[in-house]
Amino acid sequence: MNRSRPLRQRHLFLSLLGLLTFLASSGAAVRGRSASTDRWSEQERALLRSLTLSSLGPLPADPSNRYADDSLAARLGRRLFFDERLSSTGTVSCASCHMPDRQFQDDRALAHGVGLTSRRTMPIAGTAYSPWQFWDGRADSQWAQALGPLESAVEHGGDRTQYLHLIASDYRREYELIFGRLPRLDGLPAHAGPVADSVRAVAWRRIAPVRQEDITRVYANIGKAIAAYERRLGFAPSRFDQYVAAELAGERPTAASAFSADEEAGLRLFIGKARCANCHNGALLTDNSFHNTGVGLPGVALPPDRGRATGVRQALASEFACTGRYSDAGPDDCAELRFATVDGEELVRAYKTPSLRNVAERAPYMHAGQIATLEDVVDHYSRAPEAPAGHSELQPLRLTTMERSQLVAFLRTLSGPLVGPLAPPAGR
Amino acid sequence: MRNVACTIAGSKSPAVRINRRRSTQLGTMMLPAVGLLTGCMLFTRPPADIDYARTRSSASGVYHATIHPDGDSIPQGRLQRWTLHLETADGTPVDRARIEVGGGMPQHGHGLPTRPRVTRPLGAGNHLVEGLKFNMGGWWVVTFRVESAAGTDSLVFNVKL
Ligand code: HEC
Ligand code: HEC
Ligand SMILES: [Cu+2]
Repeated sequence: MNRSRPLRQRHLFLSLLGLLTFLASSGAAVRGRSASTDRWSEQERALLRSLTLSSLGPLPADPSNRYADDSLAARLGRRLFFDERLSSTGTVSCASCHMPDRQFQDDRALAHGVGLTSRRTMPIAGTAYSPWQFWDGRADSQWAQALGPLESAVEHGGDRTQYLHLIASDYRREYELIFGRLPRLDGLPAHAGPVADSVRAVAWRRIAPVRQEDITRVYANIGKAIAAYERRLGFAPSRFDQYVAAELAGERPTAASAFSADEEAGLRLFIGKARCANCHNGALLTDNSFHNTGVGLPGVALPPDRGRATGVRQALASEFACTGRYSDAGPDDCAELRFATVDGEELVRAYKTPSLRNVAERAPYMHAGQIATLEDVVDHYSRAPEAPAGHSELQPLRLTTMERSQLVAFLRTLSGPLVGPLAPPAGR
Repeated sequence: MRNVACTIAGSKSPAVRINRRRSTQLGTMMLPAVGLLTGCMLFTRPPADIDYARTRSSASGVYHATIHPDGDSIPQGRLQRWTLHLETADGTPVDRARIEVGGGMPQHGHGLPTRPRVTRPLGAGNHLVEGLKFNMGGWWVVTFRVESAAGTDSLVFNVKL
């Protein structure tokens, strides 16, 4: 309506901002130690601390996997993670999509295995902290998660007897040292499993239930070994962590920890006006929960995706759930599953909040790679469009161009090295 | 100026609709909290006078209750067990009751991320509440709808993270 007013306000704002930055920087030079207490209130400092790796507690135990912290299991899991023979084509391993030098993802909007999937590959570091795996949380542990792609027709495309034969021929010693004797193989078909492919499904149904259970136990143990490996993948401090550490200690910023005015303003937006830290909270910048944020449908035709509304039911029904017979958990260990919200409009097209650590290193974004760049992500939050189904939890932020670029500048400070056994095992 | 824009945006927002829907489920006790909320107050500071007391009376005064979280400060993002101590207004412990747990973040317009339940009575008016989780910082409400021989009434506790 009145176009000149916002413009004038903006000028006033910019010159005020200039003045403030000048005052702040000259003040900082003079006052030294007290600068950060001026910049961040007590409450903000507590919030900042909670977002840094120093607040990340110890790895949570996984009572459903008694091998989770077994180093032999982790070593076997690492080999399996990189082994392409765990597929119908001999060409797909976990690492085909989860590439260690690419943040354990693949830079694609939709993952390609034996076929094309309908979701984006998620990074793996830090996921041991999450009670739910996948965008829709349809697995309640890392080991249960690993057993999904191995049998998926579009990912590894393999089946349970195939994997058993491979373990028996190539990993018998390592396997038996950890999990005990392998079951007998006599009379078992090369390919059988409860998979989409009807030939292999029929072959599976012909196997006696007790033997099916023995085979499935080996299959579950493959998942448990892989999970023991994945648990060791984590994050080292980013520039953001160093900045906060210096601010909280009242130290002068070093080259490694200094934030530009834009980055600092972006951080202020992130924890303040832009409300990002409502959901992207804690040391991994995720609340490990599910939200509908109004992300649009992907450009290509895919089956309808109801997100958590479907995922939670799959998690409850999974034979590899915490409460299932292949789990090592006691009856009181599966509280996440027992108390999960199973219905309600809030679950429709709700997806797991992703960690924002190293987010700038792994475009595209969202559960089906719908958004190409961080600029576009921030634009999405600024506009907060209606969700294609369900209700978006977002409110339009109406950020200025400057604020949007400040937020992006801040998101880029969240990058740091990965830690853990990142490379394929030697001798392959 | 900002207020006006905010209110207009807020009143049409799905978040507010969700909140209303929830509030009827939770019983009338959420209403005072929700009633305070104009669109603009969504995502802003909670009203200054929120009472975070851990001992409260129910809406119509039938019950008197105390929550006992695990510790002094309530952790974020982890499942928790609480004990709810329940008495009638005259101080008689209530052991046999049907208790429904609910809640959410009035400012954000969403409910609890999990589905907590009272899993068993512990005797002497104490009840074990399991499956509570608070996945965000800020102001939460936790509600208990209690049905016993003494009557049906609702309790609202404010919780700050
Ligand atoms: C074809 C590519 C592909 C292969 C192969 C693959 N994944 Fe994935 N991975 C994905 C996609 C896509 C998702 C998200 C799927 C979804 O949410 O529906 C995912 C999700 C995950 C997650 C969940 C992370 C989180 O934050 O919830 C983990 C862990 C994971 N994969 C590990 C593995 C392991 C272990 C293997 C090998 C057994 C494997 N993946 C094989 C593409 C792949
Ligand atoms: C209501 C909770 C919520 C809020 C608030 C929120 N996010 Fe998100 N964020 C999510 C969820 C959920 C996703 C995944 C959505 C999907 O894939 O459909 C996500 C995805 C992202 C991604 C993509 C990451 C990836 O790996 O794909 C970025 C970047 C991001 N958010 C940044 C932000 C910023 C910046 C803000 C503040 C302006 C913000 N978020 C506010 C929940 C939230
Ligand atoms: Cu909230």
